[in-house]
Amino acid sequence: MKKYLKPGVFILSTIPFLLILYKIFLNKLGPEPVKEITHFTGEWTLIFICLTLSMSPLKRFTKLSEWISFRRTLGLFVFFYATLHLLTYVGLDYRFNWSPILDDVVKKKYIFIGFAAWLLLLPLAITSSQKMIFLLKNKWKKLHRLIYVIAIFGSLHYIWLSKTIFFRPLVYLIIILVLLALRIKIKNRNINYG
Amino acid sequence: MKNIKYSEITPEKIYKNRRSFVKSIGLGASSLAISTIPFANHSIASERDKLTSYKDITTYNNYYEFGTSKSDPYRNSKTFKTTPWEISIEGEVEKPIKLSMEEISEMFVSEERIYRLRCVEGWSMVIPWMGFSLSELLSKVNPTNKAKFIEFESVYDPAQMKGQRYPVLNWPYNEGLRIDEAMHPLTTVVTGLYGKKLPNQNGAPLRIFIPWKYGFKSAKAIVKIKFVQNMPTSSWMWASPREYGFYSNVNPNVNHPRWSQATERIIGEGLWAPRVKTLMFNGYGDEVASLYTGMDLKKYF
Repeated sequence: MKKYLKPGVFILSTIPFLLILYKIFLNKLGPEPVKEITHFTGEWTLIFICLTLSMSPLKRFTKLSEWISFRRTLGLFVFFYATLHLLTYVGLDYRFNWSPILDDVVKKKYIFIGFAAWLLLLPLAITSSQKMIFLLKNKWKKLHRLIYVIAIFGSLHYIWLSKTIFFRPLVYLIIILVLLALRIKIKNRNINYG
Repeated sequence: MKNIKYSEITPEKIYKNRRSFVKSIGLGASSLAISTIPFANHSIASERDKLTSYKDITTYNNYYEFGTSKSDPYRNSKTFKTTPWEISIEGEVEKPIKLSMEEISEMFVSEERIYRLRCVEGWSMVIPWMGFSLSELLSKVNPTNKAKFIEFESVYDPAQMKGQRYPVLNWPYNEGLRIDEAMHPLTTVVTGLYGKKLPNQNGAPLRIFIPWKYGFKSAKAIVKIKFVQNMPTSSWMWASPREYGFYSNVNPNVNHPRWSQATERIIGEGLWAPRVKTLMFNGYGDEVASLYTGMDLKKYF
């Protein structure tokens, strides 16, 4: 049974991608299709960030170590959806027309921070293999704490691009802050109880 | 249940043919002069001229009183009551008046006015509104010499408008114009679209439409028009003064901090259609540029 869990998580993680393909081919994207794809892939990136960050707290609460084995798959889907999100913006929306894109990156803080978050994802995706964990040893753990920064950047990206923080940007901010706060607790406990 | 396509209920082609019929018998000639959409470039004119579908116009709306998502207004405004409705014209006027919707529809003749709507978010629609110039309505009162600006107040009814139960904006929605802008013939009081009564999600029973300004300037479901001495602070200026100025004229050279205003997407053009260049004053420069002679539009954005 256990050996089906990981492939199961993988298959479930592809569902949003299949859904957007379905919407594209059946013309169900609504009046502003490019924006729809951009928002859809962006939101799923945030959802996968939250899922990735939930695994170690879940392990702690349920005392089941299986959760940790899903973390890599979920993390790689963060990169997958973030890359689709970026490609939609750069390719579909701006047709690889670099001058307005560079202008955006420099002038608009939400684009700047979103792009920064994607760049920070790169080393994490590259070093996600078992071999890299082995090679980097202790440094690997430190490097992969970048996901905390990425989560904050992603949340700020959403808040800054929205006209108001109500309600979805606020919901993601709260979820991410709670998930990060749970980690501070773990640390303190370790210090207190050795 | 069988899904009935909207086009089967009210074919837009018939609607459009009816319009050409009206034109051909010479009715509404006065409105035709004003109903034209200006074009910078004839090769793209045909795409830009195309009326946006009734479905897109009525299901893709920014109307935060009914929710912040664009599909919310259509879903949440279905039971909104627009009768009875009264509009009060007050403030710096000799004699304030109150008009019911019935009185307004008796006093003023709505004509078709096809204008482009450019949203600050970077998309646009071409909408066949029904309406009349705001100046006609304002001429019913005599403003005092203190009156310099007009303030529009939208309805406040959190029982019916669930978006107003949250502090998304400082309700009621507030907008404003300088008097000369308000008196400009393009500034329209809207009572309908596509030849029909104005749908709730588009601002029923009565809204303002200012074609050369970003969409949010055109307040919906108006209950009060007030002549004032000082420049009013609109709801969006109050929410974020850095992003939303009082004038908010469509201007491809002044970027919103979060959206480029140089280009726009035409609603209904599909996934593969490219962005098109945004026109100064949304293309109505010939008519309205003179209102802003000598003003630094980068400063007064």
